[in-house]
Amino acid sequence: MQALYAQLLVGLINGSFYALLSLGLAVIFGMLNIINFAHGALYMMGAFCAYFLLNGLGLNYWYALVIAPVAVGIFGMVLERTLLKWLAGLDHLYGLLLTFGIALIIQGVFQNYFGSSGLPYAIPPQLQGGMNLGFMFLPIYRGWVVVFSLVVCLATWYLIERTRLGAYLRAATENPNLVRAFGINVPRMITLTYGLGIGLAALAGVLSAPINQVRPLMGADLIIVVFAVVVIGGMGSIMGSVITGFALGVVEGLTKYFYPEASNTVVFVLMVLVLLVKPTGLTGRAT
Amino acid sequence: MSVITDNSTPASSGRGIRDEMVAFVIMAALLATVPFTGIYPFFVMQALCFALFACAFNLLIGYGGLLSFGHAMFLGTAGYFTAHALKVWGVSPEIGIVVGTAGACALSVVTGWISIRRQGIYFAMITLALSQLVFFVYLQTPFTHGEDGIQGIPQGMLFGLFDLSKPTTLYYVILVAFLLAFLLIFRAINSPFGEVLKAIRENEPRAVSLGYKADQYKLMAFILSGTLSGFAGSLKVFVAQNASLTDVHWTMSGEIVLMALIGGLGTVFGPVVGAFIIVAMQQYLAGFGQWVTVIQGAIFVICVLTFRRGIVGEIAALFKRSL
Repeated sequence: MQALYAQLLVGLINGSFYALLSLGLAVIFGMLNIINFAHGALYMMGAFCAYFLLNGLGLNYWYALVIAPVAVGIFGMVLERTLLKWLAGLDHLYGLLLTFGIALIIQGVFQNYFGSSGLPYAIPPQLQGGMNLGFMFLPIYRGWVVVFSLVVCLATWYLIERTRLGAYLRAATENPNLVRAFGINVPRMITLTYGLGIGLAALAGVLSAPINQVRPLMGADLIIVVFAVVVIGGMGSIMGSVITGFALGVVEGLTKYFYPEASNTVVFVLMVLVLLVKPTGLTGRAT
Repeated sequence: MSVITDNSTPASSGRGIRDEMVAFVIMAALLATVPFTGIYPFFVMQALCFALFACAFNLLIGYGGLLSFGHAMFLGTAGYFTAHALKVWGVSPEIGIVVGTAGACALSVVTGWISIRRQGIYFAMITLALSQLVFFVYLQTPFTHGEDGIQGIPQGMLFGLFDLSKPTTLYYVILVAFLLAFLLIFRAINSPFGEVLKAIRENEPRAVSLGYKADQYKLMAFILSGTLSGFAGSLKVFVAQNASLTDVHWTMSGEIVLMALIGGLGTVFGPVVGAFIIVAMQQYLAGFGQWVTVIQGAIFVICVLTFRRGIVGEIAALFKRSL
């Protein structure tokens, strides 16, 4: 039973990364009509940012948790202003191709300087050690990742669904021209939205740095799983992305315990099943 | 509705087809003289395999409007099947090619049936996820030998007549196979089937209202594209004499998109030009390590932002011809 709980925890942690990343993808897709293939590369940049802050500037994990998402988010906004904005009005697939190119550039540059092996990033001292919960041993850092991701996801949900800014954002997703006519600066909002989505990805990167090593390709395979998560959940609702992300992480964890051979593929198999039963995704609307 | 390819494909006119046939003859003649020029034949053979792969991919995106981000699964599957048949079963080359191509065909029936349920961006994500699923299956099944791949594959005698271990013989066999497959694609594009496909790409609801079963046409295009990609994968086994995970990886799917994009999506000859450019680039920049990836990424960015028609598409637009 210990092993089962341990795998469930690993599943929840992966699920929190799926949730943070698919949430960002959904928000970006809503505003920019772009599936951001560079999401995995920017997640990786978040982790590297934390690594540089610690080893270059001596700023610890807690600083990285704030600085990395902001810094990578700003980098994302620069990308949006200089490259992505030219795609307005073109087929959505060009956005996929452009961001795929951006991902190749970012990952290639990091691979040149850091090879493919992982760099270690220590768990911050405040979160080291573990707790004995009676039925299982809980490493504190892992518990922290799950709780903190959940809080961030809910905060994002609140921001988009319950605040005035979020209302503008949702309105601009539905009809940007009309919102612009009301005097709201939609292009700036698009840039900020992209920055927000990227910031979430970078935050996931910082969270994962102490668990998975910091590697140039750490986001490359992850983003494909997240795509499958997005197909399963649909990009229609924020809460849908979060719940699907966590749920699939748990399913993956369970698979690792009961049938480890399929743990790499279970999310894709589920995607196939969902497509066969409900092609629009669990929360999605017909497109 | 905007369409992924900026290259207009006008309804086949007599002149368009005549231009393309002239270009085809020139291409065939140029390729036939390669062994006499001292150009490294291995390079051209490899490029021809990728050119066929890119043409097959282009059939789906350029004429069906479906961007597959998982076409490596067909290349890799056929490669593994052919390699296994040749090395373990010891079959003759033609049987090996049939086994590989049939494997890719079967895979394309299943994956096509699943993925055409969604369109556009979702179709791309689904095909990518499916190819990743296939990748992990090959990573774990024993017959592919995991990270090592299947190596040292015997080339054998094609039809008992042509010794494929001789570079020149192999070159002409690959060339003939490429040209035949190219003509098949060309024929498909200009057939009634191809016209319906273009109609669906331009305006699916209208094509459906005219009584065409859009999903069946899309599935047919997907199967044709996947099978021909598999054919390219089977041929590649004879050139590279190995089958490895590289051919099933998502980076390969990305490369084939890049080849078609740089040459010109929806052009007949664009993918061939694109394949030669990218294979040559990899050949000459092999010493620069991961900078090749960076350059490929940069080409993606430049192509999407500045010339979406691709090289052949731009030339065709300049001369107002269809190529």
